[in-house]
Amino acid sequence: MTLTTILEQTVAFLLPYDFSPTVLLACVGSALLYHRGRRRVGGGPGQAVMFWIGLLGMYVVLQTQFDYYAQHSFFMHRVQHLVLHHLAPFLIAVSAPAAVLGAGLPEGIHRYLVEPLRRNPVLHRLYWAVQQPLVAGAIFVGLIYLWLIPSVHFYAMLNVPLYNTMNWGMAIDGLLFWWMVFNLRAPGTSDARHYGYRLVVLFLVMFPQVVIGAYIALAEHDLFGIYAVCGRVLPLAPMTDQALGGLVTWIPAAMMSIAGALVLLVRWNRQNRQGDPLPSTLGYAR
Amino acid sequence: MSRPLRHLILWLLPLFLLGCSGEASYQWNAHDITGVMPDLQFHLTDDHGEEVTGDDYRGKITMMYFGYASCQHVCPVVLGKMATAVRGLGDDADKVQILFVSVDPKRDTTEVLHNYVKHFTPELVGLTGTQDQLHEVTKRYRVGYSYEEPNDNGFYVVNHSSAVFVFGPQGKTRLLIDSQETTDEITADLEHLIEQSTD
Repeated sequence: MTLTTILEQTVAFLLPYDFSPTVLLACVGSALLYHRGRRRVGGGPGQAVMFWIGLLGMYVVLQTQFDYYAQHSFFMHRVQHLVLHHLAPFLIAVSAPAAVLGAGLPEGIHRYLVEPLRRNPVLHRLYWAVQQPLVAGAIFVGLIYLWLIPSVHFYAMLNVPLYNTMNWGMAIDGLLFWWMVFNLRAPGTSDARHYGYRLVVLFLVMFPQVVIGAYIALAEHDLFGIYAVCGRVLPLAPMTDQALGGLVTWIPAAMMSIAGALVLLVRWNRQNRQGDPLPSTLGYAR
Repeated sequence: MSRPLRHLILWLLPLFLLGCSGEASYQWNAHDITGVMPDLQFHLTDDHGEEVTGDDYRGKITMMYFGYASCQHVCPVVLGKMATAVRGLGDDADKVQILFVSVDPKRDTTEVLHNYVKHFTPELVGLTGTQDQLHEVTKRYRVGYSYEEPNDNGFYVVNHSSAVFVFGPQGKTRLLIDSQETTDEITADLEHLIEQSTD
């Protein structure tokens, strides 16, 4: 294979399978904001690397030929959701980009769009409600289960608006969940919720994921007939494809809880040693 | 309006609504995909070498299936099943047409395709196109296809979908038949579709 064919194939792979101006706008917009914000307020290189990998990960699984394979292989579909719901939002949230993104916002947009939205009581209440650790955990697991109901999965794979809703939902919910986990002093929240509560939630969301992942991985019949219907494009036997998809739902997804817990424990430890007690290390009282 | 009359109407209204839903209570054997996917549309070439679009196939119930003529096991079975199901309609058979879209244009030339489809049933039309045209139509119906490595004789397997998409006479998506449905079940669904479209 010559260098030109490799280049051509790479370019062909990187072009969107199903071009979405919304995804492009959201990714380029966030990238510009982050870049601008970094130039103003700076920050550690580690955080920037995590943010960029997370953002790039989301873009790649949604807007390259990866999406084609995700539509025609259960395994690739599960990898796509692992990136959208676990890996990429985990990296973005752990890099704590709020301050940088805020600094990147042009003054006008900040004053006339973001501030009024932040002060909007309805949005504020809604955000507060979904950022409750148990609620966030329940939505996180609930969405995984919802889209894996075979009949729901069937229509999600056939209907483009439903398919896009599924993927957008996974990305947004992933960001909200990991944001809740790592963003200890959520803006607009009066209670700095303590580490223990989040650790428990991280632990709790692990089990339902293990259960559904193991159920799919060990199933002896084809649960998701839609992939046979729509044509499989990877040289994988149907049951292998399903078992691999189940394993992806089971092991790496659950391991993200462990990774999240480790990050929290390190931060907790650091905070204790610095003698900087949180307003409420052990409870809700301020 | 007197009180008893109002009561009567209130009580009868649900019954009336129930009556309406009773008419729609036919249980499709195939998956009902009404409104789920886009209307029948494509740019391809038929087995007489004519360039055709989806608009050329309005007016009849249309079944569309993706495959390739060298397919040894799946395609002949599915096409045979569809042909038998259509024959089961008797006089109404001419209200249905079957489109066989070959995703293997390299081997399935107009002539090959024509000789292949004429064995099944007169309602069957063979279609194929350039890779760009095939990508367009397969993407529209969210089906994939890929070519495996050729063996020593140069024969290669094409992975393709097993779905049969069924469209109403105006080209609206109605049903998706998978490999579970029997010939009789397909005939029953087609009969019901014809009944609905003559209303």
